[in-house]
Amino acid sequence: MPNTETYNDQIVRLFLLAAAVWGVAGMAIGVFVAAQLAWPALNFDTSWLTFSRLRPNHTFGVIFAFGGSALMGTCYYVVQRTGHTRLALPGLATFTFWGWQLVCVLAMATMPFGITQSKEYAEPEWFIDILIAAVWVSFGAVFFATLARRRIKHIYVANWYYGAFIIAVALLHIVNNIVIPVSLTKSYPVYSGTVDAMVQWWYGHNAVAFFLTAGFLGMMYYFVPRQAQQPLWSYRFSIVNFWALISVYMWAGSHHLLYTALPDWVQSVGMAFSILLLMPSWGSAANGLFTFNGAWQRVASDPAAKFMVLALVFYAAATTEGSLMAVKTVNSLSHYTDWTVAHVHSGAIGWVAMITIGSLYAMAPRALGRPAMHSKRSMELHFWMHTAGLILYVAAMWTAGVTEGLMWRATDANGALIHPFIDSLIAIRPFYLIRFLGGLLIVGGMIVMAWNLWHTAADARARLIKPIPVPIPEPEPLQMPAPVPARA
Amino acid sequence: MAKGYKYFEAVEKHAGKLGILTAIMVSIGGLAEITPLFVEAHAITAVEGVAPYDPLRLAGKDIYVREGCYTCHTQMIRALRAETQRYGHYSISSESVYDRPHQWGSKRTGPDLARVGGKYSDEWQRLHLMDPRAVVQASNMPAYPWLADEQLDAADISARMRALQRLGDPYTAADIAAAPAALEGKTSLDALVAYLQGLGVSPATEAAP
Repeated sequence: MPNTETYNDQIVRLFLLAAAVWGVAGMAIGVFVAAQLAWPALNFDTSWLTFSRLRPNHTFGVIFAFGGSALMGTCYYVVQRTGHTRLALPGLATFTFWGWQLVCVLAMATMPFGITQSKEYAEPEWFIDILIAAVWVSFGAVFFATLARRRIKHIYVANWYYGAFIIAVALLHIVNNIVIPVSLTKSYPVYSGTVDAMVQWWYGHNAVAFFLTAGFLGMMYYFVPRQAQQPLWSYRFSIVNFWALISVYMWAGSHHLLYTALPDWVQSVGMAFSILLLMPSWGSAANGLFTFNGAWQRVASDPAAKFMVLALVFYAAATTEGSLMAVKTVNSLSHYTDWTVAHVHSGAIGWVAMITIGSLYAMAPRALGRPAMHSKRSMELHFWMHTAGLILYVAAMWTAGVTEGLMWRATDANGALIHPFIDSLIAIRPFYLIRFLGGLLIVGGMIVMAWNLWHTAADARARLIKPIPVPIPEPEPLQMPAPVPARA
Repeated sequence: MAKGYKYFEAVEKHAGKLGILTAIMVSIGGLAEITPLFVEAHAITAVEGVAPYDPLRLAGKDIYVREGCYTCHTQMIRALRAETQRYGHYSISSESVYDRPHQWGSKRTGPDLARVGGKYSDEWQRLHLMDPRAVVQASNMPAYPWLADEQLDAADISARMRALQRLGDPYTAADIAAAPAALEGKTSLDALVAYLQGLGVSPATEAAP
């Protein structure tokens, strides 16, 4: 029987386009709000252009719109390839795309007008939350139904991470957003005070864990071996890290509430598990980096691999920093300061954005039926703009954060505080400017990427893309690529 | 292959088992930390003097939430000497039992506001919200001039109080009936200033250790 089944890459291309658009939009809003911290008159006395209303648009835009579109697109790409099967439930899959885009547009269009729950990273109001839940459950259904019809018996580890990402985010989103609506535009959470704070940071921390870590690790475990053209350094190690990561992360949320009115034992448990988290974090980073062993020359010639390697380095660095900041003594200095902002962005711009960009560069030509990206030189340019922006941003915010922390606690010989609060703001002004410049470079790089993707897709726009057939029958029995022979 | 591998193989080759086991593993941590708080939440009652927000302050709190003030201001004084010296007694759990959602925050681009009530005059708060740099030259806080032009919606406040009542906040029918009158002729600015001036001014922490 001739093989007529092909991969569904149409949905992947749609998400790719959405990720590029939201990436530019979300980061551009970030640069704008960063500018507002340096020049506060930039809200032009207009409510919907004000920092406090737009900041959720930046975080939602980059995490859920850009990151979410990239994750769903790569997830659909990876689950088909690793299972040698076409995506199940095509109608529902299309709904997840349009549904998710509607969620993003609704959220971005309502939050600046004060329609917000003001729960950090869960700002959209209840009617959007219901739509998010519906799209997410559909996403899970498509993913697991595709797994169910796979032809490769063994479920490749990338799918484990994507699966955990889908399950955990559904759980977190629903529990954190239980509210009583007053009207279409206003609701009150069923939790209050301390309980609300704990639920919120259980959600907030694990949105980082499962959205920004597990999901992107799924991406990493597929695209890094693909780009290195070698099997994963240790498959068993990736499985051990999987169980450790998903079970330990959920305990660590309370490190966002050290020295607060949260019961002390919860704080201490959160701190202890945060230190444990070093192991699975370093494990995954090491596994990804060692996968390049014997293929490091590729990193010099392939900008996508460059993005991936630096992403893994920043993953290791940001998780080390995170565990450190969860130690009470360090936290007493770092919390509430711009050090937190530095930490988040070394994770977000370093790890999340770079693994995404690397994976998009690896996936786009294949999904668009081209041999390579339109311009390799502009990929190189993007890499260096992004890296320079990242370093400027993070170094500036580290310096600002430590400065604030030290000034807030400085006392004179009599034990009286030395600095009024405003002094710390004046001291960090220059760093807000440097951060703004770093942000400009990063958005500039994203525009270069969008331009490059547009031209890579030119051929695809002009003609129908030849569908890629699913390789049937399955290759027997060794499913991992054979190891690269040792060089003489 | 290692000895117990066949058991693990069953998970690696079965999407359903993998999914269920994943769901169990991710649930343990949250359950362990949050369930005791729910049980304890019933034990945390408002200290004497911490009352549910009166209508004007409730409207003000909802404006604080709407504007997203938590992006730059915390309402959680940590139990650290430098903090209590700067902001007053550390925050305690019973002070935020009526805050839905909590406004503890995570970032101080501006100072903590947990006990800002009474620190400045009403007039200073008004001027500051209308044009922060008129009173604090180096401030980078945005101006919120539209607050002065917005009349409060007196009809809406009853619905809000009823929703809170359903969640267990002790409002009486008489409180709710009288609420619209309390908002008559007031602006968003009036409400926000009333809310800020009430922050931390309760005998709660004087009784606390």
